[in-house]
Amino acid sequence: MSPLHINTKLVRRILVGFLRDEIWKVGAKKAVLGLSGGIDSALVCHLAAEALGPENVHAICMPYKTSNPESEAHARLVAEASGVQFSIVPITPMVDAYFDQFSGADNMRRGNKMARERMTILFDHSALYGALVLGTSNKTELLLGYGTLYGDMASALNPIGDLYKSQVWQLSEEVGVPRPVIDKKPSADLWAGQTDEEELGFTYRAVDELLYGMIDQRAGSEELVAAGFQQEFITSIYAKVQNSHFKRRLPVIAKVSGRTIDRDFRYSRDWGK
Amino acid sequence: MDFCVALVQIKPKLGRVADNLALIQEQVEQAILQQADLAVLPELALTGYFLKDLVPEVALTVYSPEIVALQELSKKISIAVGFVEVTKDYQFYNSAAWFEDGELKHLHRKVYLPTYGLFDEQRYLGHGDRFRAFDTKFGRMGLLVCEDMWHLSAPYLLAMDGATTLVCLSSSPGRGVDDDELGTAVAWRNLTTSAARFLTCRVIYVNRAGFEDGVNFWGGSHVVAPSGKIVATAPEFEPSLTLVTLTETELRRERITSPLVRDENLCITLQELNRISRERSC
Repeated sequence: MSPLHINTKLVRRILVGFLRDEIWKVGAKKAVLGLSGGIDSALVCHLAAEALGPENVHAICMPYKTSNPESEAHARLVAEASGVQFSIVPITPMVDAYFDQFSGADNMRRGNKMARERMTILFDHSALYGALVLGTSNKTELLLGYGTLYGDMASALNPIGDLYKSQVWQLSEEVGVPRPVIDKKPSADLWAGQTDEEELGFTYRAVDELLYGMIDQRAGSEELVAAGFQQEFITSIYAKVQNSHFKRRLPVIAKVSGRTIDRDFRYSRDWGK
Repeated sequence: MDFCVALVQIKPKLGRVADNLALIQEQVEQAILQQADLAVLPELALTGYFLKDLVPEVALTVYSPEIVALQELSKKISIAVGFVEVTKDYQFYNSAAWFEDGELKHLHRKVYLPTYGLFDEQRYLGHGDRFRAFDTKFGRMGLLVCEDMWHLSAPYLLAMDGATTLVCLSSSPGRGVDDDELGTAVAWRNLTTSAARFLTCRVIYVNRAGFEDGVNFWGGSHVVAPSGKIVATAPEFEPSLTLVTLTETELRRERITSPLVRDENLCITLQELNRISRERSC
C-alpha cells in the first residue's frame, strides 16, 4: 500500500468536525470560498457543505477573460453537486484596469494579481455574509510554495492543508466530488492549456512520495536515494521547500522589546474560544 | 466495593475557566442524577490544553473558589479533574485533583511533560516529583496525567504502592490516519490494556473532545478491566457522558488468576535500578 494512503472515512470525519468546531466557536455559521473548478476547492466545498449545511456555504467563481470556460462549468457542477450557494464575480474589469497602467507585466505578475484580486473579493464577501474564508491550498502546494502569498494562500481556516495532492484525490472520491473534476489534469488556469505538472516539471504523485519521505518521515538524502529518488530531484525539492518558507510564516518582526508578537508573546489562535 | 464511574468527556474552551467550571458542574450533576459514584474529567478540563502564555492567567490554587466549588460538589460524588495549579512560590503545574466527601484527597502533579513534536509543556510548566497511590472509598487509586502513562515506571510504581485502579486524565491530540483506526487511539488502547494486564489493575482513561487551533482531541475514553479487556468505550471525537460499573469480584478474580503483582520482586527491581543508577552516574 502507498505510504500516502489515507483512511478517507476517518479523515472526512475529522475535517468536517474541524470546520464545524472552528467556525461555530467564533460565533459564525457560514463559510465562503473561491471555487476554481479544480479539485482542491471542490473538495473543500463538499466538506463545508457537509459540516455547515449547503445553505451556509457561499462558493464564488471568479473567472478572468482568459480562464478556460471549462473551469466555470466545473465550478457550477461542484456547486450543484454539493448544493451550496453559488455566484460568479468576474475579475477581468479590475485586473485589466490595473494592468492598463503596467502593460509589460509577465504571466507571473498577472497570475499573482489575479489571485490577490480573488482574495479581496472573498474577504469582502466574508464581511457581507458574516462568513469565514476557507483556504483550499493542499500540503504539496504549501510545501513547494506553489501559490500566491496573500492570494490563494490567504484564508481563515484550511481543512486540506495537511493533505498531499495524492490524498486530496482519495478524499475527493469519498465525498463525491464530480467525476470530471477528479479526472482532469490539475491546472492553476493562469493561461490557456497550462497544467501544474508541466509547469512544475514533475508529477504530483512523484513529488508527494518524496515530500512524504522528506517531511513526514524525516528521511535524509541517503535514505531517499536508497528509496529510489534521484539526487537532483531531492536537492531541487528541498530547495523549493526552503526558499518558499517565508510564505508559510507571518512577516518577520524586528525585536526590540521584552515581549514580541509570536516570539515571546505566545497564544493559540483559539485563545478564549 | 462495586462502583459506577462517569467518563466525563468534555470539550473545554481554551482559557475560559468560568465557562469550563459551569460545564463541569453541569456534567457532574448529570452524573449524580444517573447515580454515578465517581466522575472523571480530562486533563486540564478547567482550562483547555494549548495554553502557552495563558498558563499564569488561568492557574488556580487549591483554595481558589473554582476548586473549592468542585470540592463542595464532591460531597455528592467523587471527582477527578485536571487544572493548572499555581503554588505560593509561583510554580505552575499540570495537576489532577481527587475530591471525595468534600475533601481534597489527593493531588498529582504531572511528572512527564511532553516537549517534542506538537507539545511544548516544559516551556510553561514545572514537573511533579512523585507518584503516590492513595485510599478512596473505591479502594486504592493511582492518578496519572496523560504522558505519565507513556512511562512504564509510572503505572508500575502506583501498582506497587497498592493501587488497584489507575485513573488517567488525558488531552490527547489525534493523528495518524493511514490505517483502519486513528493511530493515536490504537496506541492509547495498547497502552491502557497492557498496563492493566501487566499490573492486574483497572484502568480508567478519560480524554477530551473538540479542536484547538486545528488539532483534534479524539475522545474515546474507556475503561479496562484488570484482565486487559476494554469493558466500555465513549464515542470518538464527540463530547459524551458514559457510565460504567466496576465490580470488586472482577478485580478479585483476576488477582487470583494472575498473581503477577504478588510475584513481582521489588527487591530485584530496586537492586538493579540502584546498580544502573550507580553505573550511569559514573
